[in-house]
Amino acid sequence: MKKHSLVLGTVLSVISTSSFAAGREHIEIVGSSTVYPFATVVAETFGKKTKFKTPKIESTGSGGGLKLFCSGNGINTPDITNSSRRIKKSEVELCASNGVENITEVQVGFDGIAIANSKKGETFNLSLKDVFLALAKEVPGEKEGELIENPYKTWKDVNANLPDTKIEVLGPPPTSGTRDAFAELALEGGCKKIDWIKALKKTDKSKFKSLCHTVREDGAYIEAGENDNLIVQKLDKNKNALGVFGFSFLDQNEDKVKGAVIDGVEISFDNIADGQYPVSRPLYFYVKGDHVGKVPGIAEFLAEFTSDDAWGEDGYLTEKGLIPLSEEKREEISEAARELKVLSLEEES
Amino acid sequence: MSNSTDIIRAGLKKRYAREKRFRFFGIVSLLISFAFLLVLLFTIVNKGWPAFQQTYVKLDVELSEDLLKVNKDSDEDALYSANYSKVVKKSLQKMFPGVKGRKQKRALKNIVSNSAAYDIRDKVIENPDLLGTTQSYWFLAKDDIDVFMKGKIDRHLPEDERRIKDYQFVWIDKLIEEDRLEKRFNTVLFSNGDSREPEQSGLKGAIMGSLYTMLVTLLLSFPIAVAAAAYLEEFAPQNNKWVDMIEININNLAAVPSIVFGLLGLAIYINYFGVPRSTPLIGGLVLTLMTLPTIIIASRAAIKSVPPSIKEAAVGLGASKVQVLFQHTLPLAMPGILTGTIIGMAQALGETAPLLMIGMVAFVAEVPNGILDPATVMPVQIYLWSDSPERAFTERTSAAIMVLLAFLVAMNLIAILLRKKFERRW
Repeated sequence: MKKHSLVLGTVLSVISTSSFAAGREHIEIVGSSTVYPFATVVAETFGKKTKFKTPKIESTGSGGGLKLFCSGNGINTPDITNSSRRIKKSEVELCASNGVENITEVQVGFDGIAIANSKKGETFNLSLKDVFLALAKEVPGEKEGELIENPYKTWKDVNANLPDTKIEVLGPPPTSGTRDAFAELALEGGCKKIDWIKALKKTDKSKFKSLCHTVREDGAYIEAGENDNLIVQKLDKNKNALGVFGFSFLDQNEDKVKGAVIDGVEISFDNIADGQYPVSRPLYFYVKGDHVGKVPGIAEFLAEFTSDDAWGEDGYLTEKGLIPLSEEKREEISEAARELKVLSLEEES
Repeated sequence: MSNSTDIIRAGLKKRYAREKRFRFFGIVSLLISFAFLLVLLFTIVNKGWPAFQQTYVKLDVELSEDLLKVNKDSDEDALYSANYSKVVKKSLQKMFPGVKGRKQKRALKNIVSNSAAYDIRDKVIENPDLLGTTQSYWFLAKDDIDVFMKGKIDRHLPEDERRIKDYQFVWIDKLIEEDRLEKRFNTVLFSNGDSREPEQSGLKGAIMGSLYTMLVTLLLSFPIAVAAAAYLEEFAPQNNKWVDMIEININNLAAVPSIVFGLLGLAIYINYFGVPRSTPLIGGLVLTLMTLPTIIIASRAAIKSVPPSIKEAAVGLGASKVQVLFQHTLPLAMPGILTGTIIGMAQALGETAPLLMIGMVAFVAEVPNGILDPATVMPVQIYLWSDSPERAFTERTSAAIMVLLAFLVAMNLIAILLRKKFERRW
């Protein structure tokens, strides 16, 4: 046994020093599960249209992707990472400490998060405050500054205009990027409508965050796993439940489920595109500039992703549910991508 | 004497009843597990069988040189990069004139899969003389059309509750009337790699990936496990606390959750030795760790069951220990060892958790050609498809499960046949 593992070890180390270092033929992409459906379509088209190999895409989540991306500048690290949020300062620092300094940022479009229920039920007309009050663990009591355990059982308890049905929301677990965005955009958005909590943001930021982002655990919010198809199936069977998932799943299942109206805005392609629908987020990917030229096809892949055929208003990505950027923004970003403009966080914020 | 027979007689009825009861429970539990199996198989087959058929559309395509901006004398690169989707669009517009509006135009284009353009490209490159002529070809239909043709969309529902609108039904009806829509056996499912377009996605990449991964696993785990088992059974000192320790650890390893092996693979193989991610090589290395204990345990049981009289006879005739092992013990134990190996491999074939850590849960469109190409395996493909938003992937998911089950059944069948063929009774 010992001899075998020794042989194995030597064989491995020999291989690792010889052939693995010789470079890659295909582009390696990691990152967000929200960008994954779009990136894979571009990758596939790129593989068919050009003579380069089809890029390999792993769905690791935004945070996991950036961690892998920033783990080094060598050829054995990913070339591109997808993200459903902007890169954080700490991540840029991590990248820099591992020698990854030449990063190009490409924003690809928007994704809307739908709060939807079965076609058989009535359409919900929610405000973000309703969403927060229905789903937060602790809600404001009668006095200012007082917090009580969430007492609301039905939607009517939250807001007299809403139907008298039990609060039952199926949504993604905390590991999911959709959940992060939902907490940040919907819950925090509603949380900020309460004045004294909004004031808290300036004085005690961590308390503000935990108050706004913590979801109740008494069974009203049901973690339904990362599989959005499953949520749609469950909504179809239970007409009183609501579900939280990405716009592309609503788009594909419009015969089964319908989106709630939020703050008076219906979820639709156009309303997300012009920024009216409040629960939407930008999607990005990040490219390692130093790998361009070492791994074949990166520049061409960027060109494909930022072509009007792909991310334009009539492009094939919109068919998959991506909400495109405005035309000026697209031009600006595609030019930055062509020139591989190096990311700097300071200049914009 | 008669007293004790009386006692026995008195209790006899009770004992018979108890035996009957026990048999009844046995049959009931057998029926329950059978019912579960049947329900499972029924739902999978019921959902998955339509995926073995695929809808095709026949279009008359005019390969106009003006539209493509190439001619017969263009070089291959120009032919390769011409925009063939234009001619497909044109032929659809010719068939259904007067379509207006962005939404309807897009719907019209989406009758046929976007692979049509690449099909034409390949045909033109093969034979540039086709340029300038009009040809009729069968193309893959888009997933929505395919779902409708399989009766999964009810056209009597109100228009906003179905994915195919009234104006699309007009087109589909016309196509059906002209015999331009046809369902055929789905060869794409077995000849293509993964794709994000349901109608173009196939299992070949995953099947080849599984094959390469299993090959690496087999080549590594079989010799190591058999050698380890033979040493532990035949050569290791008895009643040695180190040997006992090793034995206990091997048995424990068999019960370790597989994700742990994935983490180990990530830390040692990828981060330390630099084995490339997402390849059958790293997958096979990790799955080797997982199957080793299973094969070792099965092999040891098999070696142990070889009667000592055979070994002693060999030793008595002057054979050395190694000769006894290779000429007598191992050949006689082989059916048991092979059964254990195949069961271990079948277990590895269905594993996804450890592969998650080493990057094999990924979108890989190209069919792998070796153990250093990026690849996925079949259970991963099932997971990825089940998570895709497109409706048509539901049936493909079940079809992929059916193919995986067929492989598992085949492997278990081979295990049984091997055992039947080589089994010896003493």
